[in-house]
Amino acid sequence: MALTTRNSEPLESYRSGPDEHGRFGLFGGRFVAETLMPLILDLETAYSEAQESPEFQRDFDYYAAHYTGRPSPLYFAKSLTESLGGAKIYFKRDELNHTGSHKINNTLGQILLAKRMGKSRIIAETGAGQHGVATATVCALFDLPCVVYMGATDIERQAPNVFRMKLLGAEIVPVTSGTGTLKDAMNDALRDWVANVADTFYIIGTVAGPHPYPAMVRDFQSIIGRETKEQMFAAEGRLPDTLVACIGGGSNAMGLFHPFLDDPVQIVGVEAGGYGLETDKHAASLTGGRPGVLHGNRTYLLQNEDGQIDDAHSISAGLDYPGIGPEHAWLHDHGRVDYVSVTDSEALEAFKLCCRAEGIIPALEPAHALAHVAKIAPTMDKEQIIVMNLCGRGDKDIFTVADALGVEI
Amino acid sequence: MSSGDRIASTFERLRKEGRAGLVTFVTAGDPDPGTSQQLMERLPAAGADIIELGMPFSDPMADGPAIQAANLRALASGASLIGTLDMVRRFRQNNSDTPVILMGYFNPIYQYGPSRFVTDAVAAGVDGLIMVDLPPEEDEELCDPARTGGLHWVRLVTPTSNEGRLKQVLQNTSGFIYYVSIAGITGTRSAAASSIGEALTEVRKHTQLPIAVGFGINTAEQVRETGEVADGAVVGSAIIREIENNLDESGRAKPELLDQVTGLVSTLSGGLRS
Repeated sequence: MALTTRNSEPLESYRSGPDEHGRFGLFGGRFVAETLMPLILDLETAYSEAQESPEFQRDFDYYAAHYTGRPSPLYFAKSLTESLGGAKIYFKRDELNHTGSHKINNTLGQILLAKRMGKSRIIAETGAGQHGVATATVCALFDLPCVVYMGATDIERQAPNVFRMKLLGAEIVPVTSGTGTLKDAMNDALRDWVANVADTFYIIGTVAGPHPYPAMVRDFQSIIGRETKEQMFAAEGRLPDTLVACIGGGSNAMGLFHPFLDDPVQIVGVEAGGYGLETDKHAASLTGGRPGVLHGNRTYLLQNEDGQIDDAHSISAGLDYPGIGPEHAWLHDHGRVDYVSVTDSEALEAFKLCCRAEGIIPALEPAHALAHVAKIAPTMDKEQIIVMNLCGRGDKDIFTVADALGVEI
Repeated sequence: MSSGDRIASTFERLRKEGRAGLVTFVTAGDPDPGTSQQLMERLPAAGADIIELGMPFSDPMADGPAIQAANLRALASGASLIGTLDMVRRFRQNNSDTPVILMGYFNPIYQYGPSRFVTDAVAAGVDGLIMVDLPPEEDEELCDPARTGGLHWVRLVTPTSNEGRLKQVLQNTSGFIYYVSIAGITGTRSAAASSIGEALTEVRKHTQLPIAVGFGINTAEQVRETGEVADGAVVGSAIIREIENNLDESGRAKPELLDQVTGLVSTLSGGLRS
């Protein structure tokens, strides 16, 4: 149909977006209320200036090294490699960051920008709570008040993170509209922002939203891919063959992928297949959705014929979003990145596998990526190399997993 | 089809009557298609000079709790963009004067197909569009085809619109200006009439178009005050709340709903006719 834009002509570079209108081809843009437009334009200017500022870069690097604990290791998962019996598997260990996920890379960048812009109040949305915790953390560090919008359903299934955010001094606002998950939290964060334009900075947690957010969040997260490239050359003297990362909005994936987009590397994004794509209970917007406009950008969305947004489903609260970052939509349409999906039960199996084989309890989000790795590694040669982004640790998920396994704790 | 420019003739009539107009907002299909149709048809006699009809959307990001709930009620009772256009078509069978402006979010129209939508909206008797999430930066999506196709493009001007921005916003705007009196969402805070007056003086330096003011206007007194500084006052959430107050426990319209809601509209309109 007219809305599909599949285009397999190879491009000279896949790292060129967005254009001056904030577009990645058809995707992206600035679909926001007029009240927010002046802020979005200010933010774009402030971000461009910050990118040119050695001082900003110095601060970002300082906190990344001494507060977050970067670089995160690139770890050869020997035991997993042996048990799967194929390609060598490396984990990029972003779950070892302070706060337990990759989210802090972005919240540090954005709060430094908020300080530069003289903003005095921070808001954020969160699904799994990882972005909420990372935002609450940097707000505590820089002494700014923090309000986190979180779906009521997610508050229930991510209790440890809710408590963490409260300990860090954040105010949690439960969101009951819609299904009470990430999409609804983002709606309410946008409503807060439009009502508090003068003093408030909205720290969006993923590579979505109006321009410049998708590009800005990607840039802050690209530290993952840049380190990986360097570490892979140090360890193996060459590029990896395949990169794998899970995708909700897609920030950890974009961070790993972006520095490799123009290299001869196969790249795979793993969406949450929920109960399976044949059901209507999944969160795979690329494989099960079509282009539409929501939350400030055009991208692939789960929606009905009339353009009403469908509810997503995933066992992983962090992937439970009916959209995806616009740059992923564009990479999908150009065929540069392959997007696949993994079901709840496949992710649970991978979760258990990772615990036993490597002594690492992964978050349910990267457990999706690992489930795909477990499918492809045995089909590859022993000389080939896969890098998977282990973007979060699983402490927060033990209750969900226990519940899924029928265990009472 | 079209009977001239209904928006221009309405503001011309209001000027002759020496008063501002009442713009009433309801969500199409709320609480059910039949009630919503009857309500729309009774609004002009109750005192609505312009009808703003919300196109239901699952994620109305600029709206407060009252209109969010109206959107969900409408969708739950089967509302769709096709249904909204049908409503206008039926309305036009008995009313050829009252302007109808569709307000909403872009995605349903994007899925319908913007050019097909413009054709069907004009044929149904729609006069103009107010699109929350299409700023001037995205004009080629719908604003350009809508204006070429014969629809007015009513733009939102906000307290955050500085002078440079104002010029950009006013470009490609027609019919009237919708001044959003607060930075915020619908049905929450209200702005003081004096501060609105100052803001409108600034906007009038840049445009001859009539200006309607909305967001946070709930009572006949607020309508009257707004009417002193603006060419129109928009009431939305207060009407929606009156609909909500006249639903039974299972969410169905009580028999008195239509009288109650049109009664409120008459009261609001009274603020402009004293």
